[in-house]
Amino acid sequence: MAPDAAERIAIDSDADVVTARQRARALAVTLEMPSTDQTLLATAISEIARNITTYAVRGEVFIELVRDAKGRRGVKVVARDQGPGIADLERALTDGYTTGGGLGLGLPGARRLVDEFDIQTAPGEGTTVTLVKWSRSA
Amino acid sequence: MSEGLSVIEGVLRGQRETLLAEWVKAQLAAPGVRTDLISESELRVESDRFLTALVEAVSADSNAMDIMDPRWDAVRDQLTTLSRTRATRGFSPTETATFVFSLKEPLFELLKSTEGDLVATIWSATQLVDGLGLYTSEAYLRSREEVIRRQQDELIELSTPVVKLWQGVVALPLIGTLDSARTQVVMESLLQRIVETDSAIAIIDITGVPTVDTMVAQHLLKAVTAARLMGADCIISGIRPLIAQTIVHLGLDLSEVTTKSSLADAVTVALERTGHQIVRRKSASAE
Repeated sequence: MAPDAAERIAIDSDADVVTARQRARALAVTLEMPSTDQTLLATAISEIARNITTYAVRGEVFIELVRDAKGRRGVKVVARDQGPGIADLERALTDGYTTGGGLGLGLPGARRLVDEFDIQTAPGEGTTVTLVKWSRSA
Repeated sequence: MSEGLSVIEGVLRGQRETLLAEWVKAQLAAPGVRTDLISESELRVESDRFLTALVEAVSADSNAMDIMDPRWDAVRDQLTTLSRTRATRGFSPTETATFVFSLKEPLFELLKSTEGDLVATIWSATQLVDGLGLYTSEAYLRSREEVIRRQQDELIELSTPVVKLWQGVVALPLIGTLDSARTQVVMESLLQRIVETDSAIAIIDITGVPTVDTMVAQHLLKAVTAARLMGADCIISGIRPLIAQTIVHLGLDLSEVTTKSSLADAVTVALERTGHQIVRRKSASAE
């Protein structure tokens, strides 16, 4: 499932969350994304990577450059873990709902920060979150 | 393999002096030897001590060869100490591991004239020396990691100064990434300073915080709540346009907190609230 050209970052601690965020920001810079978009992307990664350390303890994040049919370029991020999974996805995507003592804005917030957001999860089977931020310039 | 080890043991015991002399010579002849960092006599003492421990371990453990076994404790301890002192003195990992690896040549040379299956003996010796060499490298890395960890801790302490701006006003300029450990220290020192300075207003400046995600926001809100419980109002300043947009997209609610875009604005508000007024007495000479 992991694209082979992607850069893999093992997520094991808070420090790895920072690494993932910095790597994504560096890629966004190569696409000349405006700094607002860089920050939005970095924050979204921060949220989903933090979810890994909070709920699954460890997992991995893949970051890569992608291009769509219209030639638009963007940064794609896949965060994957083998953790407990999410039982009630609909509620998990609702503002203010949390089982981990947070603000309950991580997942719904991350979804609003990026252009494409997809989440695959089932109880006991881990969680995979995929998000894409497209560059606004051609 | 046990046969190989007993041959090695024989050499270590029987030809110890020759081995020691040759080994020290090999260490001194090795490329990149750091005679600037370690004296020859010191090297000799270290080597001698290591051979003593090695002989003991090999004879105690002549069947298996598991250097993680308790019977190898003395050898491992010595290698750990050696790696640590060398790491502090400025040896590179290679230069440190050369201590063990340079034992190969003189040892092999002596094993050549022993009875039995030479290949098997050399194989045992190689495995042994390699294992000890790798252990040395790992010990070297561990000691470096300890240094990094200690510096990290020191950095956390250093990077959270709470400054008194005015009578009754303290400020906490945050710089860098806020993780849970750091936030804990930050919060403690902020609350402590509020008490010490009897402050009614605390300004938390996040100009230097690159990313404000929900966790950072949660930490900030907790700090604000804790300060409020102690009777101090918080102002969060340094909210850059980027951060403002991120906060909106995330859906964070900071409406309970006074926020300002710059530290200067926050200072003005704080002084006003404490009953001060900033008045310009003269126009600046440049104007």
